[in-house]
Parts: sequence; structure tokens; C-alpha cells
Amino acid sequence: MSAREKKEKKPKQAKKAKEPESREGFINFTINGQPVLAREGWTVLETARQYGIHIPTLCFHGALQASGGCRLCVVEARQGAWSRVVVSCLYPVWEGVEILTDSERVKNVRRWVLEMLLADCPASKEIQELAREYGVTTTRFTVENPEEECLRCGLCVQVCEEVVGVKALSFASRGVSKHIATPYMVPNNACVGCGSCVTVCPTGAMGTRLDQVRGDISRRTGHGYAH
Amino acid sequence: MLNNVETWANVPMIIAQGGEWYAGIGSPQSTGTKVFSLVGKVNNVGLVEVPMGVSLAHIVENIGGGVPGQEHFKAVQTGGPSGGVIPYTLKDLSVDFDTLTKAGSMMGSGGMIVMDKRDCVVDVARYFLHFLEDESCGKCLPCRLGLKGMLEFLNKFSQGHGSLEDIDELQSLAQAVMDGSLCALGGSAPNPVLTTIKHFRDEYVDHIINHKCPAGVCRDLITYRIDPELCNGCRLCARTCPQNCITGEKKKLHTIDSAACIRCGVCMDVCPVEGAVIVE
Repeated sequence: MSAREKKEKKPKQAKKAKEPESREGFINFTINGQPVLAREGWTVLETARQYGIHIPTLCFHGALQASGGCRLCVVEARQGAWSRVVVSCLYPVWEGVEILTDSERVKNVRRWVLEMLLADCPASKEIQELAREYGVTTTRFTVENPEEECLRCGLCVQVCEEVVGVKALSFASRGVSKHIATPYMVPNNACVGCGSCVTVCPTGAMGTRLDQVRGDISRRTGHGYAH
Repeated sequence: MLNNVETWANVPMIIAQGGEWYAGIGSPQSTGTKVFSLVGKVNNVGLVEVPMGVSLAHIVENIGGGVPGQEHFKAVQTGGPSGGVIPYTLKDLSVDFDTLTKAGSMMGSGGMIVMDKRDCVVDVARYFLHFLEDESCGKCLPCRLGLKGMLEFLNKFSQGHGSLEDIDELQSLAQAVMDGSLCALGGSAPNPVLTTIKHFRDEYVDHIINHKCPAGVCRDLITYRIDPELCNGCRLCARTCPQNCITGEKKKLHTIDSAACIRCGVCMDVCPVEGAVIVE
């Protein structure tokens, strides 16, 4: 029996309960009414992508630990009268949960996050496109820096620490003034100039900042080699 | 793991007199007592310990001794900055965990700020939101950008700008912040906004449509003037005014130059004649 057939049969059996030994380790639930099967420990986003159901993300990268920062991937989890808006990139699936990726509450969060992002990083083409996709074309909020592209999702900081393992980047300050910085605010020799931060950046903001991060590359690569 | 002094303070009595005795105090769902920090426009300020489930009016009127110079309070903000505003109309509300949450507020830190008719709800919401914006860690977007965004709406209202749709839009943004935020700070930060809109929508409308702040707080919408009938010409306001914008001779009527006035309200505070300085 193929996986697809399994998942289509499942909901009928789920109502009878306590039957399926053959599906040990699988979790049955629905996304937008469509019955889906997931493995133990999967998140909603992982399952949705498995089934080709689109959920927008900005701060999610498969190679990194999900942080749930951008909140664009929110979905509504329901069971009976209970309902809660959760982030799909972190929310583990459970038997019988109904997931809605486009409910009114979800659309409301997404619409506002996108409108506020348009004002927060107005120079980002990626964000403009994403916002347009969800029907947001203008913003009512104050644009403080028309050149800003960085949404402070922290993927660059994460990749530098989790994958490259050098911690050449970090966040400075917090709240509305939170921003990407280097330790002591100076370019540092911990940076190996690998460009991973530029690769994972969802808006390309890191491309213009890399030179503010790296110190003297020639010290590690041999004079005249890096440039 | 307990680290709250109030919780610790209950432990010896529960050990000495038993859990049943303690659970006998208060309401069925919220047992025991609760300490509140009763402050604001109330005669007796300070820490008060009450059994759970007593009415809000009992705490403010009987224990707090009511509002100075006024018949009753306008509203009470409970639970600290991210709590909600409970209007006088809900004065018989039983003060316990469930009822406060249902009213859109919370027990929170046990703060109770009593407000009278000289407190503007738009300004109160703005004040708390400003505090919460400072507290935000900035990790998730609905909180980092949403609190700033809500504040932009409120700043606009307090200057008399905006439209009626903006009130609904602010409500919708508040809901998005509440639903979308990662932690309880963002999840509860919209409470002051949502409860003030729910209970005092008229006041928001006054700011936006009539360009008036009924409580006389929002500086862009108020003017101070001196009542010619009541002014006794004592010169106290003229001497205290930081702008030196009050003119008038001894025992004669004083006038405020509203162009130079910064609406600080010092004249009103120092005036010995009740009602001689009018804010509108």
C-alpha cells in the first residue's frame, strides 16, 4: 500500500479509534481538511511541505534549528471548541489535530506582520514580493530607514554558530533597537569569510554587511589570496 | 520551584493550620488570599490582603476609602502593565483568577491602579504600551513590530488624528499581536489597548472625531483657561507657571496665553480656588 493510500484511508479509521497497529509510529491529523500522516516528532511545517501545502516562511532554514521568530508560518490548530494560533515551524503534530493554514486569525497575523515588515525593511524586494502575494502592497507605519533590508530574523547569527561554529556574528541590543552586530562592534578575525550568512539571509541584507563583519582575511588564507 | 515572596509568606500558615483551612478562604476556583498593591486615585494607598473573590468595589471603596473628591472611580487597571482596564460598570466583579481573565484583564503582578475622570484611557494605553515596547526582547516580529505599530496608532489618536476605521484596525492589530507573539509578553501586551477600546470606545471617538480629550490629559487636544468668575487674583499660578505665560495684576483677573502654554497643568495644581482653572 502506498503512503498516499494510507493517508487517505486513515481518517475513517481514526473515528473508530484504537485499531491501526500497522501504522505504529504514524500520526494522523488534517491540514485544511485534508487527511495527512506524519512521523512522530515532525512539525506541522515539515508535514505540510511533505504534502506540498504552501506555508510562507522567512526565518526558517532546513539546515538550522527553527527559531519561530518571523511568525509568518503561523497556522491555527483546532480540536473541537479549542483553538490556538501556533507557529508551524516549531509545533509538533499530534493525533487528531485540525490544522488550518489560512483561517481568518492566521490571515490577520500574516497581514499585519507583512505590513509592518514593509515599513521595517522597505528596501527588501523579497519582502515586497511576499507581501504582494498576500495582498499587502502599502504600509501605514513609519519608515525609519528606507535603505533597511534586514528583518533581524537571526539566521546569519545561527548559521555562524550552529554550522560554521565560529560565532563571528551576534545580536546587539534588544526590542525595537535589536540589530545584527559583531562582538565589540568591530570586524573580527573569527570570521572565516565563508559567506554562509549571506547564503542563508532571506532578504540579501547580509550581502552588504559582510565586510563589516570580517577582519583581516589574509591572516588565515595567506596574503593576497582572499581578495 | 517557588521564588515569589507572597507565595512563600503563605507557606508557614498553610503548614500551621492545614491546606483545608487555607482552601476554605476565597472562591471555589481561586482559593486563599491575595495581596494587591492598591494605588492611584484612591484615599488609602498601599498593600492590601483580601480573600479571593471579593468585589472590586469592596477593595476600592471600603478598603481604599474611595476616590478623593469624586463619587466613584472611573476604572481600575489590574495585573500590571499588561493587565486590562476594568470600568466602574463592572465594579461588582469578583476578584479572582478566572473572572479577571474573562474580563480581559489578569491577576498578574497584583497591581491595582485606580483611575478617576481625570485619567485618559488613550493616554493610559499609550503609557503601558510604551513600557511594554521597552520590555520586548525583539525576537518575534508581532511583538517587536506590533507594539511599536500599536503605539503609532495611539500616538495618532492622542493628537486627534485618525479615523473611526483606525480604531477597528488597532483592535485587529492587537488581536494579531496577541495571537502571533511567541511568549506571554506579546500575548498579553495588547490587553490595555483591547480593554480600553472595549469599555471606553466613546473616549477614543472623542479624540479622533471631536478632537477632544474628555479627561483633559492629551496635550495636543486641551487648552487651559481661567474662569473670570472664580479667579481671586492671588498670582500664585502666574508665579509658578514655568512658561511665564499667565498675566494679571494682584486681585485682578488672570489670563493664560494659550499660544505659549505648554499644558503642564501646574496652574491647576497650585490654584487655591476649586474650579478656577479650567481644562477643556
